[in-house]
Amino acid sequence: MQVQHRWPGESRFHGWLYILPGLVIYLIFVFYPILETIRTSFYQWDGFSSNRTFIGLENYVSLINDSQFLQALLNNLTFIIFYSIIPILIGLALASLLGRRPMPGMTFFRAGLFLPQILSMVVVGVTWRWIFNPVFGPLNMGLRSLGLDALTQSWLGDFNLALPSVGSIGTWVQYGFCMILFLAGMQRIPEDQYEAAELDGANGLKQFLYITIPNLRAELGVALVTTMIAAMRVFDLVFVTTRGGPGDSTLVTGFLVYRSAFQQNRIGFAAAVATVMTVIIFVISVSILRLQSRAEEEK
Amino acid sequence: MTRRARMRLIPNYIILSLFLFIILLPVVGLMLSAFKTDTEVIKGPFALPAHWKLDTFEKAWTTGRFNYFFQNSVLVTVVVVIVSVFFSTLTGYAFGMLPVPGRKVLFPLFLLGYMVPFEAVIIPLYHFMDKISLTDTYWALILPQIGLSVSFGTLWMSSFYRNAPQELVDAAAIDGCNRWQVLWRILWPLSRPAVLTLVVLVFMWTWNEFLLALVMVQKETMRTLPVGLAFFQGRYSADIPLMAAGSLIVAGPILLVYILFQRYFIRGMLGGSIKG
Repeated sequence: MQVQHRWPGESRFHGWLYILPGLVIYLIFVFYPILETIRTSFYQWDGFSSNRTFIGLENYVSLINDSQFLQALLNNLTFIIFYSIIPILIGLALASLLGRRPMPGMTFFRAGLFLPQILSMVVVGVTWRWIFNPVFGPLNMGLRSLGLDALTQSWLGDFNLALPSVGSIGTWVQYGFCMILFLAGMQRIPEDQYEAAELDGANGLKQFLYITIPNLRAELGVALVTTMIAAMRVFDLVFVTTRGGPGDSTLVTGFLVYRSAFQQNRIGFAAAVATVMTVIIFVISVSILRLQSRAEEEK
Repeated sequence: MTRRARMRLIPNYIILSLFLFIILLPVVGLMLSAFKTDTEVIKGPFALPAHWKLDTFEKAWTTGRFNYFFQNSVLVTVVVVIVSVFFSTLTGYAFGMLPVPGRKVLFPLFLLGYMVPFEAVIIPLYHFMDKISLTDTYWALILPQIGLSVSFGTLWMSSFYRNAPQELVDAAAIDGCNRWQVLWRILWPLSRPAVLTLVVLVFMWTWNEFLLALVMVQKETMRTLPVGLAFFQGRYSADIPLMAAGSLIVAGPILLVYILFQRYFIRGMLGGSIKG
């Protein structure tokens, strides 16, 4: 970083003038509400009445035994498999399969594979609700036309299937992103590393484990942060496809915050859930970014 | 490229096409349905319509009130993008090039906003907006979105200004430019790619934002497109052509911008988290 020095005749605080407009709006509409959320989580409040009761950590204590919260958290963790682990594995497998040869027309493929990332999750949800519709959805219709009637399911309405069904939408959204990220990373690995490995008689798997993976560390870090956070933040998709149901089988923490705060008026409880959710997201981002910068220092 | 080299790429293209097909099939299938009759949708979800009919769009636009949603979304998005990019340019410039007393505290403060989800702010924000009677107004949709966008924009633009050529700035200073002039005359033209990336990202995030608009707005005519579509789906979920037309209205503008500025989208989204 370059040294930022004062120009002659310039006030010490000149830089603040530039920061002020952005800072003010950020402090009022983002930073202050974050603090308020944390404060609210120590109170019992219905949202209307003027009496908030300070109850200390009670909201947090009740979280530990709250079956809805535990279910929601477990579902978010399950979504990490669908949003993060499966897409990363698909991305890695494909990147190594396609190798590092430049391919004409890659821009077209990249644009298409990236498409789910730019669409509103509401549109994605509407699309997949149609695909999964038990009566006239293309998935069941396709199965029926293949004579596989036994395999047709009420994909989003079944207690056991709803979660993996919604999760697989997440996989659909994320795998193209991971593929592109890793393919771009592979282009940067110097050819001589593979040549040397070839001379040493290392097979494809060994090359993958000892050259490809270590060189993709930065990309793996980005993919992990982005997709895990997406899994923790799921809200729109659940709102549109299942509203957390059937029962609470697809309930996620984001939806629990919304439901408790704006439909059940359990404001303190909702704030505690929101705080826990934020802390988890924060810990994921910070720890992975830290691992990544350590890896970069080693390089 | 030699013939043999090209032949060797064929399996690669087949694999890529397969994965591309899985992504495109559901989207294209739904979009096609917007132009079909009910029976055509049931008969062949992925077949082309016999006649490309457009009345479903009209029905969504007027009966479905997508005309209101569209106006609201456009207004909110345009204001958020312009203000956020302007403010982020200023904060980014300050953090990247100017001496800022207290930067060790201020910069991480902005970073925090980049990491938190909307759930972390939405509860007090709603009660705060309610108290000052701003729910059901554009302000409730615009101001918080600017706050969040500025936090990412600050990180993004400051990393651009940190790496901007110092010689140009020094030369301009010698010519008598002040800080403000250096920013707008010398650096702003250079920052076009960084700014464009920020524009498309903020555009996309604002256009697609759901929770904020869901909570802040009760009046139907104040809804944005994603919220409008979500409630629409609750009522008409069996009417696939209508749902498809609604989806296409929501996705259309983003798709258009994506086709034009694809490079900036992808670069921003791949690079955003690295830089952050």
